[in-house]
Amino acid sequence: MPTLKAPLLATLAWRNLWRHRGRTAAILFALALGVWSMVSLAALSRGSMEQQLVKAILNLTGHIQIHARGYRDDPVIEHRLSQPGPALAAALSRPEVTAWAMRVRVPAVVASERESAGVTLVGIDPVRERGLSFIPDAITEGRYLESTDEAGILLGRKLASRLETGVGRRVVVMSQDVDNTVADRGFRVVGIFDAEPQAAEENYVFVTRATAQRMLGLGDNISEIALMTADREHLGDLLASLRAAAPNLDVQPWTVVEPLLVLTEKIVNVILVIWYVIVFTAMSFGLVNTLLMAVFERTREFGLFQALGMPPRDILGQVVAESFILLVIALALGNLGGWLTVLALKDGLDLSAFAQGFEMMGVSPIIYPALRAGDVTVANMLVTVLGLAASLYPAWRASRHVPVEAITRV
Amino acid sequence: MEPTVVCRSVSKVYRQDAVAVQALADINLEIPRLDFVCLSGPSGSGKSTLLNLIGGLDRPTGGEIYVDGNRVDRMEKGELAELRLRRIGFVFQAYNLIPVLTARENVEFVMQLQGVPAAERGAKAREILKEVELDGLEERRPGELSGGQQQRVAVARAIVSEPSLVLADEPTANLDSKTAENLMQLLRHMNQEHGVTFVFSTHDKLVMDFSRRLITLRDGRIVDDARRD
Repeated sequence: MPTLKAPLLATLAWRNLWRHRGRTAAILFALALGVWSMVSLAALSRGSMEQQLVKAILNLTGHIQIHARGYRDDPVIEHRLSQPGPALAAALSRPEVTAWAMRVRVPAVVASERESAGVTLVGIDPVRERGLSFIPDAITEGRYLESTDEAGILLGRKLASRLETGVGRRVVVMSQDVDNTVADRGFRVVGIFDAEPQAAEENYVFVTRATAQRMLGLGDNISEIALMTADREHLGDLLASLRAAAPNLDVQPWTVVEPLLVLTEKIVNVILVIWYVIVFTAMSFGLVNTLLMAVFERTREFGLFQALGMPPRDILGQVVAESFILLVIALALGNLGGWLTVLALKDGLDLSAFAQGFEMMGVSPIIYPALRAGDVTVANMLVTVLGLAASLYPAWRASRHVPVEAITRV
Repeated sequence: MEPTVVCRSVSKVYRQDAVAVQALADINLEIPRLDFVCLSGPSGSGKSTLLNLIGGLDRPTGGEIYVDGNRVDRMEKGELAELRLRRIGFVFQAYNLIPVLTARENVEFVMQLQGVPAAERGAKAREILKEVELDGLEERRPGELSGGQQQRVAVARAIVSEPSLVLADEPTANLDSKTAENLMQLLRHMNQEHGVTFVFSTHDKLVMDFSRRLITLRDGRIVDDARRD
């Protein structure tokens, strides 16, 4: 009757654990430390990854982009699209779309009186970019674009420095218009923006969409539509709806537009699994060693159990139960520690001392840990399943004792 | 009536490296129900080995052993465990109580393995502990009991599940003479009141005097088998 034996095995396992309080406390500490490191590192990695993702998505990517076919391979003015028709406009009005905007986005050269640089000219609707890209909140000097038709331009701080220009000064932007002739126009610098990664400060210049369209002879045509949704992980229905509404256009999610981000996320996942395995391997040595010591010390008892009629499988069950109790307590302590660590770092882990290196990688020097149920579940399941598997050997050893030892060993 | 224990041409040889040690040779023995049998003899005569073989804790090299008509020497490990659980009680020289369980829990242990419901277990354990004069000490752990008290708990554990046979290997070896005498009186009481066959080993004259049958072993053979009724 296993239901009647279970409390007996649990009682024996629990009390045996506390026969050597120091040893049990030491292995519990080691196991809990391992679990804590798993949970904390996962939260920090996930938080850092999430920050990178959010930044990359705000860096003019959005959750979904719509282009003319061929634009992603060659983002030139020939690959342009017209304003959304009624079907596409209806699809863009779906409730899960939180923001969307049309942009002109072409290669260009910007020149001051001293220097010139190759950039991407981005024509935007200033109001519609709010909640869609970083630029409305990135102005650190001067002002943001105010009207849809003004002749101001926004430069990144690094580009402004390179061009030796600043707010109030004039620059000239040159690009290719729809007739394949050079179009140029002077703009007054109205704002300077800071961005992460800093490469964005050198790569982009922003003007209003209407101004860009006029300069390039685009009429109402645009380069892209970018949109943001309530849930970037579940874009399937919306993508299908957009593709049905615009069958001749290239409608792609951020995972296709920015494959490096997806790869980075996969690498983070692999690193986490490797870390889990390394930590667990170290933990399992301690666990197995502790259980083997306990089994060796209690040889006579295990023989006695068999002499009294306890079947070997119950002896095995008792040792596994000891391991399970250890693991459950360690997991509880480790998870609690991980949660408290995340709570303590809710205002961010400041790694500004290494800021330069971080910024080069496009990673913020302040990491905000993100505790994900999936990561915690994987860590807990891994420790539980592999921990129990590791305890099978000591348990098997215990169940193989010859009962006569109970009588012969005094 | 079928005997509780039957041994036919039982032998046991231990091998230590290349050396063979004959622990038992040609043991033929029948122990009827309700007997109170003492195995005596000097150290190394084979008393403990014979008890181990009868209890299925070890396997003979040759011969046949029956307990309640069940052939023990051919049983699988699981069958032996079941036989010990249902039909055989053990009392050991070193008490061998489970240190993390209280006296009551030690007594309940075998019943719990048997699947006896908690209420019934508790009642039986308290009753038998009272019978061995340990009432009031039920919740003490072995480390909090004297040697004599621990051995009484061991007797209570051996008897509580009403086995047909109790095997006791030098049960008084670690006890003083007064405590040993009390324990033997208890064992005889259990033999008479609970209808259990007892086989115990000793080389203590006081203990031998309690037996109704005295079997003497020497060099692994039975050299004397005397009834003392």
